[in-house]
Amino acid sequence: MWSNMIWALLRVSILGFGGGPSSIPLLHKEAVEKYKWFTDEEFTNILAIGNSLPGPILTKMAGYVGYYLKGTLGAIIAILITTVPTIAAMIGLFALLGSVSGNVHVENATTAIEPVIGVMLAVMAYQMWHKNKQKLGLIISIGMTGIIAALLYFTNLHPAFLIVALLIIGALRSKPISIKKQEKGAKQ
Amino acid sequence: MIYLELFIAFFLANILGYGGGPSVIPLIKYEAVDRYGWMDGSRFAEILALGNTLPGPIATKMAGYIGYEQGGILGATIALIATVLPSLLLMIGLLKLLMKFKSSPRIQNMMLLIQPVIIALLATIAIDFFVDSFDKIGSIHLILISAVSLFVMEKLKLHPFFVIVAALIYGFFVI
Repeated sequence: MWSNMIWALLRVSILGFGGGPSSIPLLHKEAVEKYKWFTDEEFTNILAIGNSLPGPILTKMAGYVGYYLKGTLGAIIAILITTVPTIAAMIGLFALLGSVSGNVHVENATTAIEPVIGVMLAVMAYQMWHKNKQKLGLIISIGMTGIIAALLYFTNLHPAFLIVALLIIGALRSKPISIKKQEKGAKQ
Repeated sequence: MIYLELFIAFFLANILGYGGGPSVIPLIKYEAVDRYGWMDGSRFAEILALGNTLPGPIATKMAGYIGYEQGGILGATIALIATVLPSLLLMIGLLKLLMKFKSSPRIQNMMLLIQPVIIALLATIAIDFFVDSFDKIGSIHLILISAVSLFVMEKLKLHPFFVIVAALIYGFFVI
């Protein structure tokens, strides 16, 4: 378990070019698809809570993964893996080169990754929507997702406001909203 | 005392910088350049540019590097703790609470209703990546890289590691 966790987070850490958002599909690949530590829904919850709090998204999510799998020590190791290699690379590169900014080849290399991450994010969004529409119903699921996507894309609205508002609406309803016949939750 | 200053600077920047990298950077700049005068604006821009070419969250790279420059390894550690720890503790606390009550219908409603936000968020970040790379490398490279990576990751089920390394090499030598 330790070595799986360490390798998974290391891959996410060294492949996550372009900042926090690009590490989300990479972490999903490892934690949900490859090692199955979380279901899609659990991952969505972690992402939603993480997105509603300040601070870098990767260290929040990786730190929680570490804590979930291995307690406090797991969280500490997870943070070290997701931060130390790139900080060390930065200190090393500055010592060596002084600066690499302005190198066209380096910029093209990091830009070439963006479509890959874009594809991963789009696939992830599609798969999540596919599951969501079975519970919310096709029309509500498309409508909500479309309106929210338009709000996020065309205005400066932060997703945390929407998340908090929907959490409150959800909490006010004591009856299940899901149209899917009761599963796990209803047994007790 | 530099360690205390490092802690306060990065704690404030990250707690107030709601919304990830782009909103945190100006706040880190305010603390490091305007408030504490650890460096001038052009030096900050240089560190930021190098940080952007490396993987991982920009906030932790900036904290680690500036902390190291000002206070060695201990400085880097303190700046990193100030960046990461407060939000991680909140995160663990909230998720523990959530897991405890996850069978309640109210919690299930809450978790179901926020899904469209996350789906929309992922979709809009995907669009941002496509638009940004379109601006920088043009439509042909964009379509080629997207199509190949979709095929390789979804049909051949190859781990993204190989696709990303291939894209890095392609970008460096071909584009």
